[in-house]
Amino acid sequence: MSVSYKVGTVKSKQSPNVNTQPKAPVVKGVKTTGKKKDEEEGIDTADGEEWMQGKTLVKPPDQLDLTEEELKEEITRVLTANNPNAPQNVVRYSFKEGCYKTIVFVDQMAIHFELEGNLVHKESDEGRRLMAKHTEREDCGGDERLENVPIKPGKREQKVTNQFNFIDRASQTLNNLPREISCQTEPPPRANFSATANQWEIYDFYVEELQRREKSKEKQESQFPNKEEDRSKKKMIQAEAQSDDISQLAKPAKIIERMVNQNIFDEVAQDFMYFEDAADEFRGEKGTLLPLWKFQYDKAKGLSVTALCWNHIYSDLFAVGLGSYEFTQQERGMLLFYTLKNPSFPEFIFNTDSGVMCVDIHEQLSYLVAVGLYDGCVSVYDLRKKSDQPMYNSIASSGKHTGAVWQVKWQKDDLDSNHNFFSVSTDGRVVSWTLVKHEIVFTDIIKLPPVDKVPDDLKNVVATAGTSLDFHKQKDHHFLVGTEAGKIHKGSKYYSSKFLEMYDAHFMTVSCVRWNPFHPNVFISCGWDWMVKIWDHTINSPVFTFELKSSVTDVAWSPYSSTVFAAVTADGKVHVFDLSINKYEALCQQKVVSKKTRLLHIEFNPVHPIIIVGDDRGRVISLKLSPNLRKKPKEKKGQELPKGPEVEIAKMEQLLSSLR
Amino acid sequence: MTTLTEERVCINRDRTERMAETGDGKKEDADYKRLQSFPLIRHTDMPEEMRVETMELCVTACEKFASNNESAAKMIKESMDKKFGSSWHVVIGEGFGFEVTHEVRNLLYMFFGGSLAVCVWKCS
Repeated sequence: MSVSYKVGTVKSKQSPNVNTQPKAPVVKGVKTTGKKKDEEEGIDTADGEEWMQGKTLVKPPDQLDLTEEELKEEITRVLTANNPNAPQNVVRYSFKEGCYKTIVFVDQMAIHFELEGNLVHKESDEGRRLMAKHTEREDCGGDERLENVPIKPGKREQKVTNQFNFIDRASQTLNNLPREISCQTEPPPRANFSATANQWEIYDFYVEELQRREKSKEKQESQFPNKEEDRSKKKMIQAEAQSDDISQLAKPAKIIERMVNQNIFDEVAQDFMYFEDAADEFRGEKGTLLPLWKFQYDKAKGLSVTALCWNHIYSDLFAVGLGSYEFTQQERGMLLFYTLKNPSFPEFIFNTDSGVMCVDIHEQLSYLVAVGLYDGCVSVYDLRKKSDQPMYNSIASSGKHTGAVWQVKWQKDDLDSNHNFFSVSTDGRVVSWTLVKHEIVFTDIIKLPPVDKVPDDLKNVVATAGTSLDFHKQKDHHFLVGTEAGKIHKGSKYYSSKFLEMYDAHFMTVSCVRWNPFHPNVFISCGWDWMVKIWDHTINSPVFTFELKSSVTDVAWSPYSSTVFAAVTADGKVHVFDLSINKYEALCQQKVVSKKTRLLHIEFNPVHPIIIVGDDRGRVISLKLSPNLRKKPKEKKGQELPKGPEVEIAKMEQLLSSLR
Repeated sequence: MTTLTEERVCINRDRTERMAETGDGKKEDADYKRLQSFPLIRHTDMPEEMRVETMELCVTACEKFASNNESAAKMIKESMDKKFGSSWHVVIGEGFGFEVTHEVRNLLYMFFGGSLAVCVWKCS
């Protein structure tokens, strides 16, 4: 290893500190000898002739002047191995004993000279590394060998400082393009105000104020109790002002609720508006029903849907009556109003003591809702009021029904422009209720004739239960009543003793009877004997008969066509018929609910092509009719298609005439 | 109101005409001023709390700087800016007419001291 021996004073890092030390222990009193030593050292390096010339003793200026006696004095000097610079009276605080203690044993080692060498052992790691490098360099280029030797130590030094090879590598990620968004809020509203400030104006105003104060003082003295009223009034006003702040949120909250619902049910809303099943072209005559929203209310889970009614003015609002058909399970009922815009929660909720059996919304005044209950009461609710209580309620004394009310129907206002409606119930009476100021007044219209099976002496006692009621669309005085016995009676408001006609309709209870909205002679009925029958009221036997494989719970005419109707059965199916297309079969027979759920009611929306069906679990499902179910009669080339109810009547007439 | 102003004008005329009654006239004036030195709000659309606070502030400022309307106005304006947001404007004086545009519910026009009118409004 060619490591050059370096003089300790020159390059070793620690040596400068160390070198001062050997000079320090040169003790006082030995200075003269020390000086001489330096001079002796100088002998080795300096020129010998120069020293030989000068032999004069040089006295240092701070040398002690001693007398001859003192010079002759013998002084014993003891050589000890002690470090004269080491402290002899070191005291340390002992935490164990809590006091200062002298330390006897003091380190006596004095370092005179220290040198860190840079000789590396051959066998050590670093040595081997250096050897390897050395051999590498020897391999490359013979010319450089000589130069390499002195340069090597320099290079090695450079390599020591740069052991890591740094490589710079940069990349730029893709920055999103900046986008400007600006928003302008509405500035706070401003108003102008102008006045004049003059001495006389000020004066006048003060005088007025003084007069006012005098007057109010007089009033206060005379009318003491009024103060309290004022205070309570003030409190009222304040409370109202406070509640206004919160109630102002009601409308925006409602809008936001609807927006959220629209977002959640976005696909459904899109389907409702725009989806037309394209597959209908290939299905021939058949159509389908597309399920849209499901309306469910938690508290209504145990109840069955007993009535459905669309609002004629707000075509997205419908009423659902909830109760129970089971005789043994009569608890409470509810009246809910849903809107298509908010399928998650009903708009209006009314709780009733007994089950709701039927609902009808007034055609013109859509805030008036008539409800018939299981206990025979009828109530009228006013939707404008925020209270839970009905506006009118019939109680036992005012001639309420003694059995469940199965159908209520609003009528046109009577001669005194009072609102009135009809109801039919299990006690066999058809009653007209008139809303007179704050009361509800009943008028018995007619009593259903007793069933033949009932023995004569009981005929006055056992009532024939009426289950369905419908009024003719054009001839208002004609109405139809379906009974539990399976008969349908046609009556008139003008004749109160007898019915005009009776039809032997079904073997079991007639669940629904409805006039055709277009044709004046046609009505439809359905019963629990699995049959749906279409009648001409002038003929005693049905014009059409359809058998559906399960008891039919409800049937409804469509508002857009005189030949389209839909029926729901207890096995959960919806059947849609169009007589102008197929006189024998349903165009659509679709199961819309799971097993064991009975469908109980169906209603067509007056405006949109959707139907709602209610089941016995308190759920209402809305379905969209596919195009095949809504077909208008085909256009003949060149001829403009006549529109309007006349067409519908003509259609029906055609059908009927073909059968006679 | 016109009768009252006429009265005052009459009183003033009487004062100049009858030197002996000048003392009484002055006394009456002083009485009026004493009676009418309470702060009186002429027109405002501020909410209750704001109105009370602003009125108190105006009264304090006017009493503090009774001789210097500008300093009083400065004090009112700066306090209002701190409390209720920036850009308040204040006018104090005894005879001036004005038409201002103000943010709704941020205007106070009041009288004080029988002869001083203070108008405070916010408009940024």
